[in-house]
Amino acid sequence: MTEKTKKFQLKLPIETANLEIIREFVAKIAQNTGFSEENIHRIELAVDEASTNVIKHAYKGTKSDRKYIFVIVSNYSDRLEIDVVDSGRGFDPKQIKIPEMDIYLKNMKRGGLGIYLIKTLMDKVEYKIKPGVKNQVRMVKYKAIN
Amino acid sequence: MEKFEVFRKEMGTVRVLNIQGFLDAHTAPDFENELQKIIDEKSYRIIVNLDGLQYISSAGLGVFMGVIEEIRNNGGDLKICCAAPKVFKVFDLLGFPSLYEFYDGEEKALKKFGEK
Repeated sequence: MTEKTKKFQLKLPIETANLEIIREFVAKIAQNTGFSEENIHRIELAVDEASTNVIKHAYKGTKSDRKYIFVIVSNYSDRLEIDVVDSGRGFDPKQIKIPEMDIYLKNMKRGGLGIYLIKTLMDKVEYKIKPGVKNQVRMVKYKAIN
Repeated sequence: MEKFEVFRKEMGTVRVLNIQGFLDAHTAPDFENELQKIIDEKSYRIIVNLDGLQYISSAGLGVFMGVIEEIRNNGGDLKICCAAPKVFKVFDLLGFPSLYEFYDGEEKALKKFGEK
């Protein structure tokens, strides 16, 4: 038996002004799915962070005139999966450094905070990278343990 | 449309920035500009009042990180007050309370600067 899923998809040009639309989109779905206020905020913030990374970095130096961000939300019986997808230059997930926050703060440097937040806020984070084709960050929040 | 607004006032030698609305990668540059204006005036005693701030992402937190070194190197400080629980939680997740002083009221922060 296949699992019943509801899918919602958003396709937007890469502009920071669209972060608001992305947040409202995922927050509304998370709300309808029955997540608590606190978890709706966590999901909203994690997706904002992943989307900000795409908008700021994914297409840097690329000439493509199709610079879009896709946000795909899949509602499973036990979890909400949110994919943030682009077709930009991609990156090596192994090179992502999760900062040691105490050392990081001592050095008073900015940037890189988003990756740490995503990992802290969500139950699972996976990367699938095909530069120029499809780069995907999948973030999962389970319903039962929340 | 979600709004973001910055209001500035002067309390003796202290500059207070009141930020309201949604602070994300889209609105962070506005906040950064206002903060930078104060620093350019060589005022290094700053309170950021978050009363009225409904949302913050790491882009907003990055603004605080970007200026604190210069402020402290000049003998000043940036103190934060009046954060709603939802907003404070984001600062807390990233360990900011170990680097910045947080107050629940603007007056307490002013007092810490020696202003009434």
